[in-house]
Amino acid sequence: MKVPVVREILKANDQVAAENRSQFDAAGVTVMNIMASPGAGKTSLILRTLASLPPSVVPAVIEGDIASSIDADTIAARGVAVVQINTGGNCHLDAPMIRTALQHLDLDRTSLLFIENVGNLICPANYRLGADRAVVIGSVAEGHDKPYKYPGIFASADVVVLNKADLIDAFDFDVEYFEHGVRIVNEHAPIIHVSCRTGAGVEGWMAWLLAQRPVTV
Amino acid sequence: MHELPATQGILDIVLDAARDAGATRVRAVDLVIGDLSSMVDDSVQFYFDVLGRDTAAAGADLRIRRTRAQVDCASCGASYQVAPPLQPICEQCGALTIRISGGREFFIESIEVDE
Repeated sequence: MKVPVVREILKANDQVAAENRSQFDAAGVTVMNIMASPGAGKTSLILRTLASLPPSVVPAVIEGDIASSIDADTIAARGVAVVQINTGGNCHLDAPMIRTALQHLDLDRTSLLFIENVGNLICPANYRLGADRAVVIGSVAEGHDKPYKYPGIFASADVVVLNKADLIDAFDFDVEYFEHGVRIVNEHAPIIHVSCRTGAGVEGWMAWLLAQRPVTV
Repeated sequence: MHELPATQGILDIVLDAARDAGATRVRAVDLVIGDLSSMVDDSVQFYFDVLGRDTAAAGADLRIRRTRAQVDCASCGASYQVAPPLQPICEQCGALTIRISGGREFFIESIEVDE
């Protein structure tokens, strides 16, 4: 006997993501889900951002890693509230992990939350967390073909940040080819060039970030 | 690796649906997986066999229907299907004016059960 089912497999995760979203909305927190491969500059972009935020914005960070608290320690050293999630081998964050992490954050005293996903261009795209915006970082050192090889994550982006832009010439990085690869799967996401090392372009990223919903308390 | 939690999701849905249908055994599961969803068929089947071992879905056959991403070209009007790695230009006319959509499906269509 055939039984029709028709259910999204990740619906259980999406349900929890919606609950997380309600918590964020109730507390007036704007949430960024930061996704990229290992070493593309997720932590670097967060650190640059923390240093550039106006005092009216109260940030917090959830750090997702397979293991270790290296990134969380770096952020905590800046005096910013941070919660470390060690996924113990799991290659992405999911909504229940975020729900657990939220028990350790004072959302009412937070206005902007960064969730640093596990370094991976594949499955983080499939798991909603309840964030307002999906930020995908590509970096020059990875090569300009990434949007063609990992279209799913670039399709899911609300903004694409191209980091290590100071190395474009050194790596023979074809900007046009990269941006075209983003554009064929994602018509609207702005593409912002930055160098977290030199600070170039960070003002463009900050302008985009601060224009997303109210981020001040 | 990321197929593991996703496959647990499949099994949970299948067992729920089987129970609701009053079934004693699940023979087969019809799945739809988009080519841009980054799920590997063999991995899903492998984890399903392991996770489902002592359940009503033990030994069930996963029948996976793949859906591809859709390319539309604004220059020549071509419309065709592709899988990654994507190509930057239209395969019909060579123009850059393509848009790629779809291919991210990941759902269960139906199950086949013994009453």
